[in-house]
Amino acid sequence: MDDWWGILWVLPSILAVMVFVYGFIIWTARVSLSAWKGLTPDYTYVGAQNFVNLASDRRFHIDIKNTIIFTLVFVIGCLLIGLGLAILLDKGIRAEGFYRSLFLFPMAISFIVTGVVWRWLMNPSTAEDRLSGLNLLFHNLHLDFLINSWYATPTWGIAAVAIGAVWQMSGYTMALYLAGLRAVPETLREAARVDGASEFQIYTRVIMPLLWPVTLAAVIILGHSSLKVFDLIIAMVGKQIALDVPSIYMWTTTFDGFFFGRGAAIGMVLLVSVAVLVIPYLWYSLRQESEG
Amino acid sequence: MTAQTGIHQSRKWVYIPLTMMALFYLLPMFVMLNTGFKSFAEVSLATMWKLPTSLSIENFQLAWEILAPNIWNSFRIVIPAATISSFLGSINGYVLSKWKFRGANIVFPLLLFGMFIPYQSVLIPLTQVMAWIGLGGSTWGLIMVHVIYGIPITTLIFRNYFAAIPDTLVEAAKVDGAGIWQTYRYILLPISIPAFVVVYIWQFTAAWNDFLFAVLLTSQDNWPVTVALNNMAGSQIIAWNVQMAGSFLAAVPTLLIYIFLGRFFLRGMMSGSLKE
Repeated sequence: MDDWWGILWVLPSILAVMVFVYGFIIWTARVSLSAWKGLTPDYTYVGAQNFVNLASDRRFHIDIKNTIIFTLVFVIGCLLIGLGLAILLDKGIRAEGFYRSLFLFPMAISFIVTGVVWRWLMNPSTAEDRLSGLNLLFHNLHLDFLINSWYATPTWGIAAVAIGAVWQMSGYTMALYLAGLRAVPETLREAARVDGASEFQIYTRVIMPLLWPVTLAAVIILGHSSLKVFDLIIAMVGKQIALDVPSIYMWTTTFDGFFFGRGAAIGMVLLVSVAVLVIPYLWYSLRQESEG
Repeated sequence: MTAQTGIHQSRKWVYIPLTMMALFYLLPMFVMLNTGFKSFAEVSLATMWKLPTSLSIENFQLAWEILAPNIWNSFRIVIPAATISSFLGSINGYVLSKWKFRGANIVFPLLLFGMFIPYQSVLIPLTQVMAWIGLGGSTWGLIMVHVIYGIPITTLIFRNYFAAIPDTLVEAAKVDGAGIWQTYRYILLPISIPAFVVVYIWQFTAAWNDFLFAVLLTSQDNWPVTVALNNMAGSQIIAWNVQMAGSFLAAVPTLLIYIFLGRFFLRGMMSGSLKE
């Protein structure tokens, strides 16, 4: 009896998620196996043709290259800055709350807002008389060797976009690490000190190994969001082939070009990549939770 | 050198890198405001880093004229979305923690996975269904989408909140003859206000900052501010100083929430990592 009331209460949500998440994924999978091109749905079965085409699609190759560069710069940047800031804030300084709030505020702002600002900050002009944004700041600070063409740099331009993403998400990584550091019992550090370990050794030998679960969680959350990045790139650089990623290719080919079959195939590739990262993590987190 | 002076010295030294990083985080905000407050006459890319000689609100006035209808649209979308999401999440979290039915442990992870999916894998069916039920282009369609794709995170936050409340409280109510509704209405709902604040703020911020769903599902009249701002930034006609002022206006509501209710926002953020 109790069971039925409970199920009845959550039924609307369960149904909504079943339809809008799982039903739609199956639907997209079906579209990805179809010849649908143009405005009228066409479910003619073509097997894996759309996926085969993607494998030899030059634009999709650029997308994969960009995703790899973006993910590396973004994840490594966030981990290093996040861990560094967390260690500094864990020193027990008085203004900790102030700095912590400051490092986290980008999380509250839309990628569209920050993207528009970064677009101007990373103005790619390197000619001496037309410098602006960060290049101009570097010039004023006599750091001319840092002047570069940012997102207009061939091959590596996407790394500049990743810097904008690091700015947005490194505070979040700091919060994860800070929570992890706070969970390390003070007695462990004391014991290491008594044994003659230096402050540096305490971090490398005692604390870092204990932070592995945090690092793993951060890598999965950051890694999966770098596969999904869309807004930031659109706002910073628009839809340029050189700075394309799968999420934008899916969008343009589907809703601007009406290649629904190909768009669905890209959507499925993205989904599988995210699932490979997230499902083991979900399973691990929930199992750990039920073990208490 | 004793251990104590070592720690003491390192503490002071800590402020140098912290302050440098603080400047890095404030850089975009500085540029937005510094440019926003300059008069049209004073704005030039070459003097981007110079402070304004006098404060002018011309840029903000012009940006407001362009974006005001969209900021209003954002509120029209975000407030109902966050409100409905909060109640749905509350009910789901309650049942999944305190009124567990057989299979609840399978349902919960299936719900949670919905929070991580790349939305590109559902966009095609979504546009088809929206057009079919006649909600394409409207704000109600977008509200519905925010509510549905918000179910995983809102359920998670409430479930964790209720899970920390002793089961004996619910058991006692059951013994007294309270049903599922009375137990919720008179016992759990009143003590879950903090969770409501966390979820409401989280959904408000997420929906306010959304771009992907909005650009796909709303017609130009119903564009929220993110879509309008991106459009403004892509146009050649609107000067960059007005874009900077507009960016700031679009960020104000969520920034205010962060400044005044930051700790609730952070709690929502941390639950997204499945870590408490």
